[in-house]
Parts: sequence; structure tokens; C-alpha cells
Amino acid sequence: MMQTTQVEVKKKMKKDFEPNIIGFLCNWCSYAGADLAGTSRMQYPPNLKVIRVMCSGRINPIFVINALQQGADGVLIGGCHPGDCHYERGNYLARRRYAILRELLDYVGIDPRRVRMTWVSASEGKKFADVVKEVTDEIRELGPIQQLKRENTW
Amino acid sequence: MKIGVYVCECGINIAHTVDVEKVVEDVQNLPNVAVSRFYKYMCSDPGQALIKKDIKDLQLDRVVVASCSPRMHEPTFRRVLEETGLNPYFFEMVNIREQCSWVHQEKEKSTGKAIQLITGAVARASFLEPLEKKEVSVIPKALVIGGGVAGIQAALEIAEKGFKVYLVERSPSIGGRMAQLDKTFPTLDCSACILTPKMVDAARHPNIELLTYSEVVGLDGYIGNFKVKVKKKPRYVDEEKCVGCGLCAAACRLKGRIPNEFDLNKGKRSAIYVPFPQAIPLKYTIDPEKCITLKTGKCGDKALCVEACERNAINFDQKEEILELDVGTIVVATGFDLFNPMEKPEYGYGKYPNVITGLEFERLISASGPTGGHIEINGKEPKKVVFIQCVGSRDKKTHEYCSRVCCMYTAKQAHMVKEKIPGADLVIYYTDVRAFGKGFEEFYNRVQGEGIVYRRRELGDPIEVIKNNDKVLVKTKGHPDIDADLVVLATGIIPREDSKELSRILNINQSADGFFLEAHPKLRPMDTFTDGIFLAGCCQSPKDIPDAVAQASGAAVRAAEPLAQGKVEVEAISAVIDADVCGGCRMCEDLCAYSALEFDSEKKVMTCNDVMCKGCGSCASACPTGAITMRHFDMQQILAQIDGISAEAIVQ
Repeated sequence: MMQTTQVEVKKKMKKDFEPNIIGFLCNWCSYAGADLAGTSRMQYPPNLKVIRVMCSGRINPIFVINALQQGADGVLIGGCHPGDCHYERGNYLARRRYAILRELLDYVGIDPRRVRMTWVSASEGKKFADVVKEVTDEIRELGPIQQLKRENTW
Repeated sequence: MKIGVYVCECGINIAHTVDVEKVVEDVQNLPNVAVSRFYKYMCSDPGQALIKKDIKDLQLDRVVVASCSPRMHEPTFRRVLEETGLNPYFFEMVNIREQCSWVHQEKEKSTGKAIQLITGAVARASFLEPLEKKEVSVIPKALVIGGGVAGIQAALEIAEKGFKVYLVERSPSIGGRMAQLDKTFPTLDCSACILTPKMVDAARHPNIELLTYSEVVGLDGYIGNFKVKVKKKPRYVDEEKCVGCGLCAAACRLKGRIPNEFDLNKGKRSAIYVPFPQAIPLKYTIDPEKCITLKTGKCGDKALCVEACERNAINFDQKEEILELDVGTIVVATGFDLFNPMEKPEYGYGKYPNVITGLEFERLISASGPTGGHIEINGKEPKKVVFIQCVGSRDKKTHEYCSRVCCMYTAKQAHMVKEKIPGADLVIYYTDVRAFGKGFEEFYNRVQGEGIVYRRRELGDPIEVIKNNDKVLVKTKGHPDIDADLVVLATGIIPREDSKELSRILNINQSADGFFLEAHPKLRPMDTFTDGIFLAGCCQSPKDIPDAVAQASGAAVRAAEPLAQGKVEVEAISAVIDADVCGGCRMCEDLCAYSALEFDSEKKVMTCNDVMCKGCGSCASACPTGAITMRHFDMQQILAQIDGISAEAIVQ
């Protein structure tokens, strides 16, 4: 009986929990796709806050870890589809780094599902909106991040 | 540090879901913020004046504008800073329209998100560094890819402006799809008669260099300084010597035995051929797939074409050449493919000779076509003709968009049948008649008045074309069956099969339908996201000839602008390497797709070439010592932005 209630409370907490998600999107594909979602008025949850970089290859894993340290409950990385990178192969580099980063996160006890990578082209507004919905639901399900909190020193 | 924050209402586009007053009030208290204001239209003249006045009066060091996407107005606001004497890179833009107010409905949450985003931007702004804009000179030449009517038009107009143009065409002749058409709607102009003079103009223009039977295979560089690799396929005929007399083709052992692609394989040609009589350049080409000499090394006792050629023009030893062209700008006009109706077996295309496509019908009625313009099927003149529209268009299973030309070309083709076979019975199955252009509705009315029956059918309704002796039976829901001699399918316009490969070579985008993507559907319909590359004609979306020509003229102007200026500004965002920190591990070297990084073997450190660097930042993310700073996206700037966004999230 007691246990059921606890589960319910936990569930309710999860439901009310609004995750803070930081997105790193490349300027040419996924940021443009996000703009297209806007122009087409496709609705998605407001939890994602986007930081624009020129290329997904610019996304240093430190950015992701720092975002989690600063209290982001999840991170979304968006790049051009394989083969479509505006800078030829930055997205491949991003993908390799992401693969290693996931293992590192797992190793230090952070659910790798908190960091998601996706390919969104400039014409995929709908896909972008769908991905944000999925990611927000997933992070909400995972609950607030407890590890890695640290204040920046400046 | 004094930062000014300006929040745009964008009429009600932003203000409708973001409480701008609350935003302005909240961000006022952020560190370094000297002033925060909102205004109805920040991008308007008064909006810009407001920022300029504050920069002067309050001596602002940094400006943050929260409005639309930076992809829209970042250049506008950077210019505001520049005009006030501030470095334009002291500007940071926050996207609270496309990525906030337009995609969320709850005002409180959107307002919260806007505040978070602006807090991040303010944090980032204080770390922004001044950057110098780089100016590079422009090679005063242009490349036009595709020699159809759009490419020809673009090439002619750039050439007329006084610049050298390379016009690259994949097939042996320029002319493209328009050369294959008989008459054009709605005026019934003879297509070849209006196109061939333009083709000749292009060939004769002193500023145009035609590169036919050639393909673009590589592209390097950037606006003003593109390096293009063009593969020139061997014709096995010396273009200088060939006068296009045709004696070789007449002598060829395979004469009249090879299907001619230009006639959609309905006509026949020799192994040495010109695709059509008015071809430009009128130079013969040997088909390497078919020529007996090229395939087996021996053609009877001797190659008859060689013997026939009085000018000694045939050269079986010709080799493929790779040309390297330097150009400042590029116009892409690669045209379209047609939907293959075999994908929809219910129409019976490919199974019965009575079922043909609209373009095949064009060759059938063309005076220079395989039947000399006589409409015949199985050697007989058809009496009962059925046209079926929307084959591969407006169809969610194949191509969802409307191809825009089929309604009118079907009306024109029906009219042509009536003109040539007055007693013929004609039925057109249509979904909706879209007669939207100048003179279209009038033409549609005229055709309807000629005794042609228009039958409406839902596109989703079943339709079947089945064999009935030497005719075909067209069965549709809700209408009596028709025993037809000829069925013409109005096949839609689809992207070129190799659009993906070309988009990768050129580094341009495709839209969801596969056509090349314009930078803005309304305001920049000729531009791509890659500076210096422009679009014309059906490679961007289906369009009729007037629209293709109009877009080509527009693209020509856009492409000529940098050529006329003689110089362009290029991205100031590039990598910079701190030689004191660099350990010379060379980890970054292979990551650079542009060979911008070079190892200084004397000092044992990497160096970065500013002009070659395109600013992706891949190297900076890999540097183990942190020696590489990515200008405008450096570590501190991004971490500060994360910090700002997250700090505000905690408060909320």
C-alpha cells in the first residue's frame, strides 16, 4: 500500500517536472529546421533552449558536460544528415565525439539518454518539432538530474 | 561593460505569446545590462534609430536584440552597430520568434523561455570579441550549370552584363526540355522556333564559353573564388574539325538502330549522332556504349564513319578531360526529370504501347520527331484519345506537390489532337484544373469549347488501363469505360535523379520534396544558403517556361552583383591558434576539410590560414591543449551562454 503511494507521488513529481534542456544546433541544417518549424507554426514544448553553433563539429563534449553541470537535465545535439554537412564532415566528427561521450556519461553514472543526437535538415521542420517532443518526454520521464552539479567560477 | 537589450514585439508575432514588458523588466537587472527596451518593430528604421541613439547616449559596448531568427536579421543589426562605430561582432541576437513565440502557446512559459534565452545571450555578449571583416576579390566570371532554357537565359544575361560565363551542359547539346516540346501553352508558340534563336545567341556570345557533354564533378572555394572541376567527356569527334554535315551518321553501320534518348527512345539514331537537328553545338558525338569500334576495337574492315568524314574529325583516341575553372559565382539550372509511370502499374504504362507519357506525346506531334509530327500509334491514327492528369503529382504515395504544368500541357495536347485529327474523340480525366497563369483560363475555356470532354475524378479513386485487342480499356470509378486507341499520361515533374549528389558537390540543400532549397521562399527565391550559388528553373521547384525564364533572369542579376562589385565580404569567423599553447600534436590537421591548418615544422606548431578557414570549429573541439580558439564561438562565450540559460532556469 505504502509502496504504491510512493510510486504515485514519484509519478506525479515526474509529471509536474519541467526539464531544462539545452540544445546545440548547427547553423545550416538543424537550426534552419528549427526556424522552419517556427515559420510553419509547429508546436512543441518550451523546455528546449537552443545555442547556435556554426557546425555540429564545433560541439566540444565539454559544452555538453558543462550544460549538465549547470543544471540542464538533458542536452540535444543537432547536425546535418550524414553526407550533407555544410563543412563536409563536421557532423561525422560530432557523431564520433557523441559516441565516446555516451560511454563516458554511462561510466560516471549519468543515464546516456539525457544526451541525444539527431540529424535534422533545413527542410525538416516537422521532424525537429517531433524530436523536441520526444526528448522532452524522455527527460521528463528520467526526472531532474542529480549528479554533476557545479558552479562556474566567473 | 554596458549592454543594451532590445526586445522586439514583431507586431503581435512575438508579443502575442511573450510578455515583452515582463521580459524587459526582468533582464534589466542582469549584470552589465545598462538598458533594456521593447519596441513594435526593432528592424524598422525607428527601431534601428532607437538602438543607435542608445549606443551613442549611453556608450553601450554590446547590443543584444531579441527578435526573429539571426538567419533573418543578424546582418541588419550588425550594420546598425557598424554605422554607430561599434564593431559589428559586438552584437548578439536572440531568436524568440521562430524558436519561441511561434512554437509555443502558453504565454507564461514562452515568456520564461525568452528570459532564459536572453539571459544566456547577455552572459555571452560580455565575452564577445571584436572581429575584422575580411574582404576578398571576386573572379569576374560565372558558371551556369545546365543548358536548358533557364540556364541559357541566365548565361546570356550575365554575359550581357559584361562577364565571362561558362555554360556547362551534360548532354551533347544545349536546349534542355524545352527543345523536346512541340508547342507551348497557352500561346501555342512553336517551342523550337522561340528557343533555337536563344541557343544560337548563347553559342555565339563572345562572353559565353559552352562546355557541352560535360559535367561538374567538384567544387572548392567560396563566393568570389570558386574552383570548379568539370569533366569533359570525349565525343571522339574533334569539335574544331566537325562541321555537322552528318555524312558519318549516314554511313554508320548502326544507322537507324539505336533508340534516340532525345526522342524518348521513340526515334532511332546512329552510334555517331546529334540528338536533334537544331543541336547546338552542331557537332557529332559517338555513343561509347554502342559504337562497334569503341566496344570491340574493330568495325568491319574499317570504321565507315571515319571513311565518310571528309574533314578527318573522328578520333577514337580522345580521352576524358578534367577542366579546372575559376569563377566568382554559380547559377544552378539543372532542370528536372519526369515521373516514371511504371511506378503506378494501374496505368498500364510499359505494358501496352497505347499508353504513353506527355513528353513522349510531344515528340510524337513534333514536326522534327520520329513520325514527322504525324500522330500514330501502332502505325494507325488514333480516333479515341484519353488523357489522364496528375500521374505522380498531388499523390501522397509518390509526390505530394502539384507539378504546375500538366493541366495546361494536357489542354494544349488535346487541342493539338483536335487540330491534327478533327474527328477524334477526346476525354480528359482531371482532378482539378489549375489554370492560374496569364492566359491559362482563357486557353482552358477555348479547349473546352472544342468538344473535348473533361471528366472529373478523385485522385484516390481506382483507375485501370487494361488490354482490349489492339486498344486499351480505361476503367474509372463513376464513369463509363472508354475503349481508347491512345492514352496520354500527364506525368509530373520530379527532381533530377542525381540531385542529392549535386547538392553535396555544391554544398547546397534540398527541400523535403527533393528540389533544391531556396534561402527564403518569398524574399530570396533565387539564393541558396551557400553564398554565391543561385538557383534558376525547375531544379528549385516545378514551373512553366515563363516562370523558369523569369527566375533565371533574377538569378543572373544576383550572380552578377558580386562580379560587378569586384569584392565581397567573407566570414570573419575563423580559428586562431595560440602558438604558445599549441603542443604540435597535429591532431587537428586531418580534421580540417579545407586544408586551412598547416604545421610549421620549424616552430613545431600548427598555423591556421584565415582565408581558407571556413569557421566550422571542428578543430577547436578536438584540440587537447585548448590552443585553438574559435572566433565568435569560443569556449568562454559558449559556457557563459549555457551558464546564463541555466541560472535563469534555476530562478524560475
